[in-house]
Amino acid sequence: MEETIPPATPSFSQAVFAIVRKDLSAEFRSRELLSAMLVFALLVILIFNFALELDIKVRESVTAGVLWVTFAFAGTLGLNRSMAVEKDRGCLDGLLLAPVDRSALYLGKALSNLIFMLIVEAVTLPVYSLLYNVNLFQPALLLVILLGSIGYIAVGTLLAAMAIQTRTRDVMLPILLFPIVLPVLLAAVKASAGLLNGADFTEVSAPFNLLVVYDLVFIAVSLMLFEYVVEE
Amino acid sequence: MQSKPLTLKALDLVSILAMVISTYLALVFAPQEAVMGNVQRIFYFHVGTAWVAMLGFILAAVSGVVYLITKDLKWDRFELAAVEVSALFFFITICLGSIWARPAWNTWWTWDVRLTTAAVAELIFIAYLMLRQGIEDPEKRARFGAVYTLLGGLSVPVTFLVIRFFRTIHPVVIGSQSAEAEGGFNMESKMVTAMLFAILAFTVVFVDLVWHRVRLGQFAEKVEQLKLKASL
Repeated sequence: MEETIPPATPSFSQAVFAIVRKDLSAEFRSRELLSAMLVFALLVILIFNFALELDIKVRESVTAGVLWVTFAFAGTLGLNRSMAVEKDRGCLDGLLLAPVDRSALYLGKALSNLIFMLIVEAVTLPVYSLLYNVNLFQPALLLVILLGSIGYIAVGTLLAAMAIQTRTRDVMLPILLFPIVLPVLLAAVKASAGLLNGADFTEVSAPFNLLVVYDLVFIAVSLMLFEYVVEE
Repeated sequence: MQSKPLTLKALDLVSILAMVISTYLALVFAPQEAVMGNVQRIFYFHVGTAWVAMLGFILAAVSGVVYLITKDLKWDRFELAAVEVSALFFFITICLGSIWARPAWNTWWTWDVRLTTAAVAELIFIAYLMLRQGIEDPEKRARFGAVYTLLGGLSVPVTFLVIRFFRTIHPVVIGSQSAEAEGGFNMESKMVTAMLFAILAFTVVFVDLVWHRVRLGQFAEKVEQLKLKASL
């Protein structure tokens, strides 16, 4: 087998980082995706402000929910866009022709999607803290947000690759994604709400552990399934 | 047109007979429950339909895996049949449960573990069917369907676990009872007979319907092929 592989074949990690680098540099030149996600996230918070009358009492109980709904919606927007550009300009076919493992493509796309989502969160969180005078910068809460985002993106990247190949395209992603990713959102909301209300870390360990397990299981499964989703 | 196999004809008759007997057992044979009265009789069909819906859910996920390994379209037909029939039965389960919950819990619906998980599973079924509708290529449709049932099959148990963190009022009739459950009761032996028979009857009906649906899938495929041949 070894002599059939040309010496120029990139290693797994090289392939992953090449894709991440490509996505990031394309994004920092066009700023299409991030700006759309950010504006959308801020709009969602604005709408929640009026829809829920976010006064000081309500805020205590719903902050975690508002944040996660915002991230989930903005995340769908980003996932759709990041896969659609690959499909529209035939980039996906090019990527598939590259002599790298399919799971490297998945991991690369997932990593760049995760980076976009974390950037959006990094902007949304201070804005939310500022607007509503809630301290969101607790290390444990940030860890929960990171874990929740990883789980969301792990499944989201796989399903987005599927959704863009259907006739209804963008409409399909939230319908496919939300029921599958519900455990992540519920556990993340539960853990975040506990932490925001001053609970000790040990009190939220159950949803926290579940987030870790979900992340591990679904990253593994998505890595295995991605090749079935992109093969022609 | 291949004629209906004799076994299937027999199975049709057995299913009808089993349903009649099960109805008799549930409505006449089983004694009236002391506290809830006649509305408790819904329980027998509720358990029966829930059981086959879950059976179908598991079978669909398993046949998804088998399809991805073997790439044989017969597993895809089976998977689709299992999902369609299960989706219907699960809908019936949820409706029956609601009718029972109205007098027992004084509400049609509550966000309890089992109810929420059932609703999410039903949404995954619907998303699955919508996904299939959006793809024309049968081979790709089968692949995506298999991937999605697999993800759903992994995610639903986790959803169940997550919602466990919140409280439940759903009674557990078989096994240990939680202190907060409302509407639980102890089963008398005649009730057990009626329940077990309902489970058996619905299993027979399930097998019968899935078989019919698989045959329908085979015919649909044949029609496709004939159309293709005629157009050449």
